Amino acid sequence: MSSSVERFDDKARAEFEKYGRTVVHRGELLRHPVYTRVLHWTVAISFILALLSGFAIYSPWLYRWLTPLFGGGAMTRLLHPWFGLVFTVAFFFQFLNWLAPMRWTEADTRWMKRLRTYVSNRETRELPETSFFNGGQKLYFWLIVLSAVLFLITGIPLWFDDVVARWLVAVSYVVHDIAALIMLAGFIIHVYEGTAAQPGTFRSMIDGTVSRAWAWTHHPAWYRKATGDKPRED
Amino acid sequence: MSNPQTMQIQEISAHPGPVPGRGTQRAAEVCKYIDVTTCIGCKACEVACVEWNDHPFRETSFDNTYQTMPSTEWNYWNLIKFVEHERDGNLMWLMRKDQCMHCEDPGCLRACPADGAVIKYENGIVDFQQENCIGCGYCISGCPFDIPKFNPKTKKVFKCTLCSDRVGQGLEPACIKACPTGCLHFGTKQDMVQIARTRVSQLQNESGFANAGVYDPQSIGGTHVIYVLHDITNAELYGGLPANPVIPPSYTIWKWLAKPTGLLMAILGVFAVFFHRITVGPKLPQPEPPVLTKYPDEAAGAPARSGRREVP
Repeated sequence: MSSSVERFDDKARAEFEKYGRTVVHRGELLRHPVYTRVLHWTVAISFILALLSGFAIYSPWLYRWLTPLFGGGAMTRLLHPWFGLVFTVAFFFQFLNWLAPMRWTEADTRWMKRLRTYVSNRETRELPETSFFNGGQKLYFWLIVLSAVLFLITGIPLWFDDVVARWLVAVSYVVHDIAALIMLAGFIIHVYEGTAAQPGTFRSMIDGTVSRAWAWTHHPAWYRKATGDKPRED
Repeated sequence: MSNPQTMQIQEISAHPGPVPGRGTQRAAEVCKYIDVTTCIGCKACEVACVEWNDHPFRETSFDNTYQTMPSTEWNYWNLIKFVEHERDGNLMWLMRKDQCMHCEDPGCLRACPADGAVIKYENGIVDFQQENCIGCGYCISGCPFDIPKFNPKTKKVFKCTLCSDRVGQGLEPACIKACPTGCLHFGTKQDMVQIARTRVSQLQNESGFANAGVYDPQSIGGTHVIYVLHDITNAELYGGLPANPVIPPSYTIWKWLAKPTGLLMAILGVFAVFFHRITVGPKLPQPEPPVLTKYPDEAAGAPARSGRREVP
């Protein structure tokens, strides 16, 4: 299975590199190719639209604030499932694209145990074993996988709720909310980590590159692999 | 779809903050009384409903009973449910007029996420305001009586209004006006319950229906449409009338407790990352250390020397 996925991804990456490009300057490393960046922002934009339109319907306290963004309540309800569908499809491709680097390892379990150290910023660098993604990033990825599945299987009955059973709508309503709250919690942390918390990270999703120092700081194992250098481990 | 100004509003769906004008005027609770035991199934009420609300004449469907169609529709709000029932070797026709029950605690209103799409008047009438309806259909799953019906063309939900447009002008609902047997009455809730109790004791003491009773389910705080049934212990028999109607917890506990809690947590989360940034601070990229290399002869296999050369 993985080989056909990898072949598909390689083809897709090559195809996207034909239309877009990633300029890697001296002292920088290529982190996210064009294909990954396009998928990421398709997922991100559709997610934000689904989040805003969904939270308009989620809470009476947000209804009057958020529905005008989408042209009123009826239009919000009409558009929300389509935002969700774009999100699900785009994320499915991102899922295939990142399946290999997102595989959970022993190092990630160790990373999770050191979460407190990470959050309190007591260490200036990640552990030497931290590779392309750290444990937190992988956890977020798998939470999105879980939420996307929940969104899809509960979103369809909610979309066509005039024809499905009453209890199914009532159950889906709650599960859809739970998936949204999980996603929102992860999303807040994700945006913070990708911008204000780690200078130099945001451009990896815009230009596709990071500085060598950034890679050395946040992903030492990937740094060694990508550069072939073996800096001192002290 | 009446003019909400004509009657005082008590509750508004998905409305944060107070209800304007609530409690400023006296308003007696109204009620529709339906005596199932004296209904002859003439369907005059069905016709009156279609007439008054200017609904088109729908195609009917025959399913071996005298029922007009299987269930109420978005433009057919009043339906006599026919049930053939055997009691002590005799055939009984149970004919129940099915329509919105105008619950004291309406599941449709609780489920609705659109501000002002479902309103409940002080007099107990629950009414949909289609101009505010977003067509999500949650009210359908919130209703224990399967009453709100979706119109796929306009993507709006419709149901019986208890003729709020007539009641607001001091008239009785159209179905009441049309009833030839007097099995339908309209008045204050207090009066209707009184009539119903009198009729029930008559049924129990003079007609041999020991289980006769008033259907006014307290699980949803009572309804503004009440039935007199021959057998209150078997409400399900009357075309699926729920004995104990309930609103799904999704629209009660989850919506009014868990949802706001989740929202509050999200807001706290945003504050948390902000304060993390200004207290703990960012993780800055650290300068790379020099790279370790070997002397050329070491690379060729010679034993390592004690000193290391560092190349930037």
